Amino acid sequence: MSTRTLLWPGLVWLLLFFAVPVGIILVISLGQRAPDGTIRWGFSLDNYLRLLEPLYWTGPFWNSLGLAALTTILCLVLGYPVAYSIARRSAAVKHLLLFFVILPFFTNFLVRIYAWFILLRPEGWIAWLLRSLGLDLALLGSPVGVLIGLVYGYLPFMILPLYATLERFDFSLVEAAHDLGASRWQSFWKIIFPLSRPGVIAGAVLVFVPVLGEFITPKLLGGGKVPMFGVLIEEKFLGRVPDWPLGAAMALALMILVSLVLARYFQQLKESRWVG
Amino acid sequence: MGRLKRWADQTIGSLLVLDTLLTYIFLYLPIGVLILYSFSASRYALVWGGFSLDAYRRLLTDPEIVSALLNSVIVATSATALATVLGTALALALERARIRWRGSIEAFVYLPIVIPEIVMAVGLLLFFAQVLRPLVSTVGLGISPPLAVIAGHITFSISYVMVVVRARLRDLDKSLEEAALDLGATPWQVVRRVTLPLLAPAIISGALLAFTLSLDDFYVTYFATTGGSGFKTLPLYLYALQGRAAIPPQMNAVASLMLVASLMLIALALLVQRRSYSRRA
Repeated sequence: MSTRTLLWPGLVWLLLFFAVPVGIILVISLGQRAPDGTIRWGFSLDNYLRLLEPLYWTGPFWNSLGLAALTTILCLVLGYPVAYSIARRSAAVKHLLLFFVILPFFTNFLVRIYAWFILLRPEGWIAWLLRSLGLDLALLGSPVGVLIGLVYGYLPFMILPLYATLERFDFSLVEAAHDLGASRWQSFWKIIFPLSRPGVIAGAVLVFVPVLGEFITPKLLGGGKVPMFGVLIEEKFLGRVPDWPLGAAMALALMILVSLVLARYFQQLKESRWVG
Repeated sequence: MGRLKRWADQTIGSLLVLDTLLTYIFLYLPIGVLILYSFSASRYALVWGGFSLDAYRRLLTDPEIVSALLNSVIVATSATALATVLGTALALALERARIRWRGSIEAFVYLPIVIPEIVMAVGLLLFFAQVLRPLVSTVGLGISPPLAVIAGHITFSISYVMVVVRARLRDLDKSLEEAALDLGATPWQVVRRVTLPLLAPAIISGALLAFTLSLDDFYVTYFATTGGSGFKTLPLYLYALQGRAAIPPQMNAVASLMLVASLMLIALALLVQRRSYSRRA
C-alpha cells in the first residue's frame, strides 16, 4: 500500500458530494419548471435568459453588487487603520490585538446577526440615539441595517490580509521619506498604500466574494425587503412558489460571477509575482 | 511650517488610535449586549427587565432547544471524525505521493472553500432530492435528514482539514521520514509511526476547525434538510425564530452559551498549538 492510495477516499467523497451536485445544478438549470412545480427535463437556456429580466436583474443584481462593493469599501476604510496600528506595535501587543479582532468571529454567525437584530430594532437605543439626533432612519428591514451586519460579519477578512502585508512592511522606507521632507499624508499615499496593495486586493476579494452569495444577513436584518442573490436563490428553492430550474440557473450564474472575480485575482497575483 | 506639520502628524496619530478603539467597540458591542440581555428578567428577549437567571433556567427545560443542541453536537462530532480522516489522508497523498494531474486535483479539492457556500448547499439539496433519495429508495432504504446534514458537513470540512494539515506537512522535516525508510520501514509504517505522530497537533487543529465550522454552519444544513423541516441544529433553530411574534428570552441565553462554547474551543485549539510549539523548541 503506497501513500498514493490515501488520495482516493477523500477524492471520491468530494467527487460524489461536491462535483456531482454542482453538475446536477447545471443539468437542472437547463430544464423547465412544470406547472405543478416539478422539473421538466430539457435542454434550453431559457432560465439564463430569464435572469436578464428586470425582476431578477435590476433589483437583486444591483443590490448584491452594490452592497458587496459598499461592504468592501467600508471594511477597507474601517479596517486599514486598525491593521496599520496593530502592525506597528511590539510583537506581544500585536498578537494580543489581533487575537481580539478574530475572537468574535469564532462565535456563531447567526448569533452575531441575532445580536445586531437586538441592537438595531426600532425601540433599541441606537435607533433612539439617531432619532434624538433628528435622523429618523429605519435600520432593521433596510439596506442600512443589512450593510451594518455585513460590515460586521466580514471586517476581519479585510483586517487579516491587510495586517499580513503591513506586518512585513519595511517602515524604514517611511522614515527615509520623512527625512526627505514628505508629510505623513504623502508617505502614506505614495509609499505605504501602494506597497500594501496585495493585502488590499486579497482583503477585497475575501469580503466581496462571500457577500455576493449572502443570504442570512439580508434575510434577518433586511426582513426580506432587501433582495440579494442569496435571498432570491433561497426563495426559488424553498419559497412558496419554488422554481428549481430558475434557482439552479441563478446559483450557477453566481458561481460564474465569483469565478470571474477570483480568476482576475489569481491572474493579478501571478503577474505581481513575476514583477516582484 | 514645521509646527503645522507636527500638529498634523499628531492629529493623524490620534485619529488612528481613535479609529482602532472604535472598531474594537464595534466588534464587541453586539456580543456584550447579547450577554447582558441573557441576564434579563423580562419575558421578552428584546426587552430589559432587571437581572435574573431565568433565561438560563428556562433554557434547560425547553425541549426544542435541548434537542437542537444535541443535534448540533451529534452532527459536528460525526462530521468532524470522518472529515478529519479523509482530509488528513488527502493532505498526505497530495504532499508526499507522486500523483498524476496533481495540479487539477489540487485545484479541485480547494474549490469547496472558494465557491459561495450557497451554491454548494443548493447542489446538495438537488443531489439528495433528485438522485440519492430516489436511488436509495429503489432498494427500500431512506436517507434521514441528519445523515444528509452530516454528509454535507463532511464535504466542506474535508478541504479545510486538508489545508491545515498540509501546511504543517510542508514545514515538516522530510529527513525523519527518509531515515525511517532507509532503516527498512515500509512507506505505510513511515506514515503511521513517523508522519502521523508528528502531524498530531495539526490534525487536532484541523479537527477543531471542522468542529467549529460544523457548529456554525447554516447554509448546507438548511438546504440539505430542505429548509430545516424535521431536523434542526442550533443555527437553524435560531433562524426559525425570526418568524415568531415574540422571541423567547432563553434565546439570548442560548446565544451566550454558544459564544462561551466557541471561545472554549478556540482556547483549546490555541493551547494545543502552543504546546506543540514549545515541545518543538
